[in-house]
Amino acid sequence: MTSSLGRLLILLSLLVSTTGAVLGYAAGWKKSADGLKWARRFAFTFSLLMIGATLVMEYALISHDFSVGYVAQVGSRDVPLWVTLVSLWSSLEGSILFWGFILAAYIAGATWLTRNEHIEYMPYAIGTWLFSGSFFSFLIAGPASPFQTVANPPMDGPGPNPLLQNHVLMAIHPPFLYLGYVGMTIPFGFATAALLRGRLGQSFLRPLRNSLLLPWIFLTIAIMLGGWWAYEVLGWGGYWAWDPVENASLLPWLTATAALHSALVMERRGSLKGWTVTLVQASFLLTILGTFMTRSGVFNSVHSFTQSSIGPTILVFLAVILIGSVTLLALRIDSLESDSRFEGPLSREGFFLINNLLFVLFTFTVLIGTVFPLVVEALKGKQMSVGRPYFDSMVVPIGAVLLFILGVGPALPWGRASKEQAKRALLPPLIGATIVAGIGLALGVRNPWTIITLAFGGYAAQVTLGQMWLPVVQRIRRGDSAGHAIIDSQLVRGRRRFGSYLIHAGAVIVIVAIAVSSTMRTQQEVRLNRGESATVGGYTFTFTGTDVKQEPHRTSTLAHFDVTKNGRQVAQLAPRMNQYAAMRDPLGTPDVHTTLKGDIYLSIMNIEGDAVGVNVILTPMVGWIWWAVLLMGAGGIVALIPGSRAVALQARSESPVIQGDEVGAN
Amino acid sequence: MSTVMNHPSVSDAMRRRSRLFMVAAFAVAAVAFIVIAAGGINKNLVYYWTPTDLHAAGDKAYGATIRLGGMVAPGSIKKLPGMSSLEFDVKDTGGVVHVKSAGVPPQMFRENIGVVVEGTMVRDGYFKCNRLMVSHNNEYRAPKNGHPVDKKQMEQYIKDAQ
Repeated sequence: MTSSLGRLLILLSLLVSTTGAVLGYAAGWKKSADGLKWARRFAFTFSLLMIGATLVMEYALISHDFSVGYVAQVGSRDVPLWVTLVSLWSSLEGSILFWGFILAAYIAGATWLTRNEHIEYMPYAIGTWLFSGSFFSFLIAGPASPFQTVANPPMDGPGPNPLLQNHVLMAIHPPFLYLGYVGMTIPFGFATAALLRGRLGQSFLRPLRNSLLLPWIFLTIAIMLGGWWAYEVLGWGGYWAWDPVENASLLPWLTATAALHSALVMERRGSLKGWTVTLVQASFLLTILGTFMTRSGVFNSVHSFTQSSIGPTILVFLAVILIGSVTLLALRIDSLESDSRFEGPLSREGFFLINNLLFVLFTFTVLIGTVFPLVVEALKGKQMSVGRPYFDSMVVPIGAVLLFILGVGPALPWGRASKEQAKRALLPPLIGATIVAGIGLALGVRNPWTIITLAFGGYAAQVTLGQMWLPVVQRIRRGDSAGHAIIDSQLVRGRRRFGSYLIHAGAVIVIVAIAVSSTMRTQQEVRLNRGESATVGGYTFTFTGTDVKQEPHRTSTLAHFDVTKNGRQVAQLAPRMNQYAAMRDPLGTPDVHTTLKGDIYLSIMNIEGDAVGVNVILTPMVGWIWWAVLLMGAGGIVALIPGSRAVALQARSESPVIQGDEVGAN
Repeated sequence: MSTVMNHPSVSDAMRRRSRLFMVAAFAVAAVAFIVIAAGGINKNLVYYWTPTDLHAAGDKAYGATIRLGGMVAPGSIKKLPGMSSLEFDVKDTGGVVHVKSAGVPPQMFRENIGVVVEGTMVRDGYFKCNRLMVSHNNEYRAPKNGHPVDKKQMEQYIKDAQ
């Protein structure tokens, strides 16, 4: 009964989205206002149907209705309610339904927010969104079919993968990732609309940019949560391994970040339109490629790939989108003509250009390293992977130069900068660079790349703070009170600008923290009997004994450690070894003591009687990464909230050539 | 094509020349990048091999990064004096490789279990292991005698073990 209802809703959403997509494109072609009205109605109906189907699945999961195929696959009566709720995305079929759910929410939101605007673009945009919607409806209806009826429903199911139950971050990370991934559909629809219409006016930049910024925020946080989860759960003490799954989430983030920057040049100078649109298309394509790589099982098991047709179906969709986008770009990119000329490399837009090239280089580096093993395997049947040193050696220099650009770019004015101007802008931040690099050297940093990163980071930090401070100073000079100047310049008028510099500040901290934490790490494996202690990096670890903790779904053995430094107790840590009912082998959970300076990380290798083998890892600054990424997310949200400035900007931006003003609204 | 509203003095020919220059510079940069990237990949390939593959590879096995998957041969585990170093044999249907490892072995390490060891062959005739991994996957079963190692599964379980 439940499964029939779910299947019916999915079939209807397939019908509605397909019809709506055709209707949207036709309305755009015929410039029909009535057609647009109907396309909107179809978009809302699709959203309702898809959200309804997801609610039906959640209902089936909560009521343990094992006659529904997906519930029989991942449900269990023994797991806590929150695990049941998040089971929706714990396995392949459900996660595709979850994709549909988020797509539906995005489409409804975007259609609602643009209800009175951009009527020349919207039919094409809605058509494109619903085209994507029809693909995912088809995937859920056919190849994935989570609503399949089970003829002889079992009394109980196995429950989701224990790795998912091991840490609560695994419940938060996937929704953020999906909100980031799926959200790229919306700017893709806008960009496609601009290409189909053959025009990208200034007023259309705002929805394009904002619809890109929102999923970018989610994706930024999702990537961090994934790394944090790996760090807290997997026990090897790192947060990033250049694993294909991680790379898949990074790739669209790189192109989306590049697009956010080139969109700024487009807004200020009227140029780089075709380029921005290309980057937006690429971001969407990379999310689909990422889904293909991580969700179809090409990297996991040959069995899930051959048994299910999900992988090939996604590949076909990817090919269709790729061919469609490239064709459209080839035919129409010239019609998105640029209105102004590039004036010289020593200007803010010059550095935006370098920034973009570097992000694209970064993307290709990661893409090649990720896809190469797949291609070799498809062609030669040999299995291999590209090792970490490839990524590290390529990405570290690119990252360092990006950090440099992040410092220099915002210091320069728009348009051509004179030598005098350039000197005045570029010399003072050398103080910041010297101070930060000096602090690093004093604290024992010796790796040349880390020192370079620290210097660039100090430079960028000074420029970023200076740029945040500048409008306040200007207002105070004009006679405003300090408090009013701060609030007005940062939160009321210059909100977008303030938000972008918050993101930059966060990015500087993240890059520095990555450089320090990956090069200044101390790791040692020690074997201790009860009562014995070992000293690693100035800390003394004493193994005081084990105890066993019983929980409904697992049995854990905890090993207790006292951590002291110079005789003073620093922390008590208890890494554990968990035995899950559904799993033959034990799974360790490390224990971490986080301080501002760095983390003390203990992970059990093995326990035999009174002896424990434990991996001790001391990583400086690693905790900074998590909160600095949150700062980036917060900056994104600040930039996203429409301020009074945005309205003024929109009015002003209707003029074809925009000259930079003294402060710059970014 | 783009119109130049604020710079009418710039001639078309000059613009065409500068555009040509940009395209050429871009092409050179792209080629350089591809060469560097390809070299980087080539140097850092990690091979997923069984003992059979390793023997078949001959000299290529020395110095290459290899993830060797197979079963710990019964009776081959020797704990060496010192904190945690050990020796054992990894075998599949077509061969045996002697492995020396310096790390603390994971909890599940024992005879007849599927393992993946990462490291390289050294000229002294053994496999120097930098990382020893044992399955954390409930679906994985160590290959039975007479069955080849399923490499796709091995790959998966390397990932789970990480």
